[in-house]
Amino acid sequence: MTEVTQSEVDRLYGRLNREAEAAGYHLNPDADFTKGLVKGLIINERRYGYRACPCRLASGIKEEDLDIICPCDYRDPDLIDYGTCYCALYVSEAVLKGEKEIGSIPERRPPPKERKKQQAKIQPSTSLQVPLPVWRCRVCGYLCARDQPPEVCPICKAKKERFERFL
Amino acid sequence: MVVKHIPGKNAGHIMLYALSTCGWCAKTKKLLDDLAVEYYYEYVDHLQGEEKERVMREVEKWNPNCSFPTLVIDNETCIIGYRENDIRKALHL
Repeated sequence: MTEVTQSEVDRLYGRLNREAEAAGYHLNPDADFTKGLVKGLIINERRYGYRACPCRLASGIKEEDLDIICPCDYRDPDLIDYGTCYCALYVSEAVLKGEKEIGSIPERRPPPKERKKQQAKIQPSTSLQVPLPVWRCRVCGYLCARDQPPEVCPICKAKKERFERFL
Repeated sequence: MVVKHIPGKNAGHIMLYALSTCGWCAKTKKLLDDLAVEYYYEYVDHLQGEEKERVMREVEKWNPNCSFPTLVIDNETCIIGYRENDIRKALHL
């Protein structure tokens, strides 16, 4: 595997930063630390074919790792509870403003055995009749009513496979 | 892939299970370097197949969540995540 260059890191960092700010999210203002994580994302993209969380061990099987493709399914609840996501790529506004300190946080992702059980797809739990299916982005909670989910979530840029049927 | 050894002053047997891409693992490793203690580490994301499974079972014994960094001191104490104060205390430094 060829070495990840600084310009590749800077380019992705710039893009993630723009996308985050446009959607009300914030990258960690500790640029050196954050660029280290961005480098990890590029390494994982080359290694596994997708941007698995740099602070979690990916299986290499995409279906099993969907929940930890960055931004992960756990980012938003962790931002609420701790002001940071697990790897600390994303932080809350309070952290950005320097009003709150962050550190290493507990792992919210269920351990391997429990994940297997949960993988039995969650079915929409309503008998409500709707004219179109409603899809929910598992990353940010965005909802849309259309035949198929969008290619990319307009809010958090998660890909189509991260959507689940909500109604 | 073999476990890597970093020489330094003896503060007990220190084993760090880490990921090469993880910022908190890097901070933990740097803390051990700054403390200049002798330690062993393994980048679990560099392993494959059976070896990866074997090391994951080792990590699971200490940390059922299999998260990183997992630091095991003297085969007795386990510190999960980058916890500077806990690490210093456990190493009596």
